[in-house]
Amino acid sequence: MDNKKSKRFGNYGGQYVPETLMNALIELEEMYEEAMNDEEFIKEYMYYLQEYSGRPTSLYYAENLTKKYGGGKIYLKREDLNHTGAHKINNVVGQVLLANRMGKKRIIAETGAGQHGVATATICAMFNLECEIYMGEEDIQRQGLNVFKMELLGAKVNSVTSGTKTLKDATNEAIRDWVTNVEDTYYVIGSVVGPHPYPTMVRDFQRIIGDETKIQILEKEGRMPDYLLACVGGGSNAMGLFYPFIEEDNIKIIGVEAAGEGVNTHKHAATITLGTVGVLHGMMTYLLQDDYGQILPAHSVSAGLDYPGIGPEHAYLHDSGRVEYVAITDSEAVEAFQTLSRCEGIIPALESAHALAYLAKLAPTTHKEDIIILNLSGRGDKDVHTISEILGGKKHE
Amino acid sequence: MSSRISQKFNELKKKNKKALITYVTAGDPDINTTEQLVYAMENAGADIIELGIAYSDPLADGPVIQRAASRALNKGVNIDIVFELVRKLRTNTQVPLAFLLYYNSIYRYGIDKFINKCMEAGVDGLIIPDLPLEERTDFKKILDGKNIDLIPLVAPTSEMRIKDLVKDATGFIYCVSSLGVTGARNSFDSNIKEFMDNIKLHTDVPLAIGFGISDVQGVKQLKDLAQGLIVGSAIIKKIEEGIVENKVVNLVSEFVKELRDALN
Repeated sequence: MDNKKSKRFGNYGGQYVPETLMNALIELEEMYEEAMNDEEFIKEYMYYLQEYSGRPTSLYYAENLTKKYGGGKIYLKREDLNHTGAHKINNVVGQVLLANRMGKKRIIAETGAGQHGVATATICAMFNLECEIYMGEEDIQRQGLNVFKMELLGAKVNSVTSGTKTLKDATNEAIRDWVTNVEDTYYVIGSVVGPHPYPTMVRDFQRIIGDETKIQILEKEGRMPDYLLACVGGGSNAMGLFYPFIEEDNIKIIGVEAAGEGVNTHKHAATITLGTVGVLHGMMTYLLQDDYGQILPAHSVSAGLDYPGIGPEHAYLHDSGRVEYVAITDSEAVEAFQTLSRCEGIIPALESAHALAYLAKLAPTTHKEDIIILNLSGRGDKDVHTISEILGGKKHE
Repeated sequence: MSSRISQKFNELKKKNKKALITYVTAGDPDINTTEQLVYAMENAGADIIELGIAYSDPLADGPVIQRAASRALNKGVNIDIVFELVRKLRTNTQVPLAFLLYYNSIYRYGIDKFINKCMEAGVDGLIIPDLPLEERTDFKKILDGKNIDLIPLVAPTSEMRIKDLVKDATGFIYCVSSLGVTGARNSFDSNIKEFMDNIKLHTDVPLAIGFGISDVQGVKQLKDLAQGLIVGSAIIKKIEEGIVENKVVNLVSEFVKELRDALN
């Protein structure tokens, strides 16, 4: 009611949730603001990021890739080097510390590819908290290794069989759990999505990526970059990298969505490229939906981008023109996955491979003196099985 | 001018009776059966009928109503078809009808267009579980003077919010019996009487309790606490039994009669 504006990014965001959750969101917002103004909390957050997750992650000059494309200098922000193999842990450390502060003993989370689930299960194991993860049945099949990891870490993995059996439905189920157990349960949302304050909070816990990058690039090059690139599903790794640079008007910022089998087909997850405005998971944003507002199934070879919505701040940055959003197909991503593996000896996550595939298009068009920074949001161990099936299948064709 | 819903509560009050509010998802198992179900439920003693608009992502609903929504969507039901149904119903009955739907169904359809169609067809009330107080300001403005009740939900966690939630409410107040999504419960919150008393302090608008009332026992347990009781998932379960035995309308009608008797 009051502060309606701060709960939104322009027209996007808001709190479209059942009344049962409203007091919990208000409490969360208050506790979050209090924590962010508490030096001790920030110190603790930084402590675990450094000592437990291994931050700062390096900003690696990809010399071979730079030579291959013959354009600007390419730097990779190595979020893949985090403990548990992706940027997701930055946010989980922050939110679980907040849950501890609020006295919540039970943690729930949704997961798509399983990276957020593994990060949540990991931090819960460390803090000895009860942990339940919701994961779509289809994703459980694609990401068996991550399911096993979560169980090994002591989490309970609930298979979600409703709807499309992917991230969207896992999120519905996590919200239903939260409505039922709101008094003792903390819901750790894994991306810059959901009702306020989540999109803001998750961005703030991920901005460490961009804050470090800024310091590192100034050390290495003595100036700001010309391009920033990141893949976008819900969009947390992208917001984390972009946010500290948003005011730097000369930097071209590009978010890369999943075009699946192509933006001319029905099998894609290109929410900004092809979506329309609506309400899902407590937020107003761009969605893949039909004329009656029924949410359409998203498709991407990468489970982490397989989501029919996008964080509301991205919707806002798109409309304002500050960030450009492009789409990359499954096959382009698979090719980029192989290119980075061979060229730099780094096996990227399939999600990050979408950003790499756009890099392959962009880099050759840039000048040699340009600086391009790409957020390598995660490592590809979890995707090796998928890739081997795709490539194996091709061999037999 | 008062809505059909308010008139119904006034009538019942004069007769010293409580309102039985029943829910079905429009188009489950098909739109013609829904029409028959409305007539049958009214005849069996339902005072107000909620028609659910099937949605792909009903996050306030438990598995039973989720299944109902899937069946309706698989039949190709959409809001336009439900508006047609309401127009047809209105030629035969004046039973108060409320839509239960998620905000995206309205937003995507176009808020003004949606409200105009509601008026034109004869929809009396709207229950929107994912449009909390903070988000309803603009919507409420558009509804102003349209004689359609926007039914607020009040939850056991609402506490200090109750006063603001029930302010300006018309029709009735939807009191959520306990935490969680729609569907049967083993027991109700032990503080439910306190919860209802607390709401009564802030409003004269009739109160109806919903979520988890699944049988005659539940009706008897709660009937003294409110002016109305809402039964949804339990009716959907009868529909599911009826689909198997091919007697949907009979089973629902018998069940509503039982609930009615328990409420009297």
